[in-house]
Amino acid sequence: MSDLHQRLVQMVDKMPAFPGSVNRILQMTSSIDCTPKDLVQVIEHDPVMMAKILKLVNSAYFGLSRKITSIKHSVVFVGLNTIKNLAISIATMGMLSKTGPAGLDMNNFLLHSLGTATVAKLLGKRLGVASDRATDYFVGGLLHDIGKVVFAQFMPQEMERALKRVEAEKVSLPIAEMIEIRADHAQLGGMLVEKWQLPHTLVTCIKEHHSQELNDNTSEVLDCVVAANIIIKQIEFGCAGNLVEDRLPDHVAARFGMELTELRESMGNLDEELEKANAFICI
Amino acid sequence: MLKFTFRGVRGSIASPGPNTVKYGGNTTCIEVRAGDELIILDAGTGIFPLSQTLSPEFPLTCHIFISHTHWDHIQGLPFFIPMFVSGNRVKIYGGQDLVTGKGVQEVLSRQLEYAFFPIREAELSAELEYISLSDNQVVNIGDAQVTSVLMNHPAINYGYKVTCGDRSLFFTGDHEWPPNIYQPDDDDYQLFEDHIAQKRKSIIDAVAGVDVLIIDTAYTDDEYPAKKGWGHGSFSSSIAMARDAGVKHCFFTHHEPTRSDRDLEKAFQAAMDKHPGQPGDPKFYLAQETFTFEL
Ligand SMILES: [Zn+2]
Ligand SMILES: [Zn+2]
Repeated sequence: MSDLHQRLVQMVDKMPAFPGSVNRILQMTSSIDCTPKDLVQVIEHDPVMMAKILKLVNSAYFGLSRKITSIKHSVVFVGLNTIKNLAISIATMGMLSKTGPAGLDMNNFLLHSLGTATVAKLLGKRLGVASDRATDYFVGGLLHDIGKVVFAQFMPQEMERALKRVEAEKVSLPIAEMIEIRADHAQLGGMLVEKWQLPHTLVTCIKEHHSQELNDNTSEVLDCVVAANIIIKQIEFGCAGNLVEDRLPDHVAARFGMELTELRESMGNLDEELEKANAFICI
Repeated sequence: MLKFTFRGVRGSIASPGPNTVKYGGNTTCIEVRAGDELIILDAGTGIFPLSQTLSPEFPLTCHIFISHTHWDHIQGLPFFIPMFVSGNRVKIYGGQDLVTGKGVQEVLSRQLEYAFFPIREAELSAELEYISLSDNQVVNIGDAQVTSVLMNHPAINYGYKVTCGDRSLFFTGDHEWPPNIYQPDDDDYQLFEDHIAQKRKSIIDAVAGVDVLIIDTAYTDDEYPAKKGWGHGSFSSSIAMARDAGVKHCFFTHHEPTRSDRDLEKAFQAAMDKHPGQPGDPKFYLAQETFTFEL
């Protein structure tokens, strides 16, 4: 691991979560009647909270035969009260500012993450995954860009330059990040979750979500996240600073048996599903 | 040889007095003798009467396993006499707090802070050692093995299985089967049920076939609905677990502090009437302070 990566991995422990969820967690948990399912829902809609809680739940136990990839499973595994107090301890670390220090709009970023999560889960269901595994697709989508928040938070100037370079030169964000930071968000995010001992499929989902070529790491989850990411950018739901792409990588198109336009159209109207994500953020 | 003695069977808070003379008022502590080894499960106030019996064994080595750090399971720890006598070795085992990231050593050092106790940790004369456990970890102690099993409670709570030769017992610490946080008509209800079923299976697998199950049975079935989510079992849930795991003997413990000896026996009888014996059923008992059982 490079020095830079090492440094960022350490800093992430101090990284706060998104303002909406921090406010809601603090508000909900100040009442003894806090509804567990509302608490779970807030955590599931915040990439930072989600990643941190999965990290803790997975790292504390070496006896786990199966890694834990969902908050609901975490609640059953370590108990509701422990999850609640983990959320509170993250919420009391402060919150990310609405306009990220690097000029990455956090609301738009969150919309992009939630949108990708929602569409990845829909695509997974379409490929016939069971409902307990569909959660992995949602989590893959939710966390795929987690590296960007880390850059924005801890290397704001470099990240701002990278974002500007994307606009000015029409290069992809990973390329701009390599120029400005010498690391890209996919690599960094993947490395973080790998170090946190999250499941391998989730690691590759994050690490490889910009890979154009078919490689050994490809999986159904990864392909769904890649496709969802491209679809969600095309329909301009949220924004996370990268260019809009107009085609699916060949192996992803092959997985679904169709090209981007056809895939998008075949999914019908996404408004209703995405409106849920939107409504959740805008409360 | 595996035998145990209940030193405290009460939940939540010690409750001495004329109404609890028979079953006892001290909070959770179980003395386990496995071959030559002394293993102590939980350090509620019951560890104090136990510690008063130990001086003939000095210098001794003992292993204290803490199920979780709620008061009723640790309150007696600062009064564990062997810690004050040099030559003794006391090993304390317990889970790691996920929220603070702190290990089991935190417990004693915080109990011994100036404001709470007059003696500092550094002043304890015995040799102390702390071992933080993870789920499903096996600790070898002489001829015995102790295995940690993550249960469900509002704190990280480990149940412990103690095996010695072909004999074994399981102590749950505090435990309630996790309730479903969704309503039957919610989308996620079934998914959550599946997680619960998986958790139940992993715990039942760990308990399966032990000779003795010592289980948190704080509530009657009538009391339980109002206490759902508080992290304790009921007579019916305990009987079901004992049956599913195919144990031979089942001791109900963590008695409610407000329950008199008479009421406790009534509650026990009501549960037995509600669940008439089936072929292969375990024998059921109320845990009683100073009662010894040899397996
Ligand atoms: Zn208790
Ligand atoms: Zn407790």
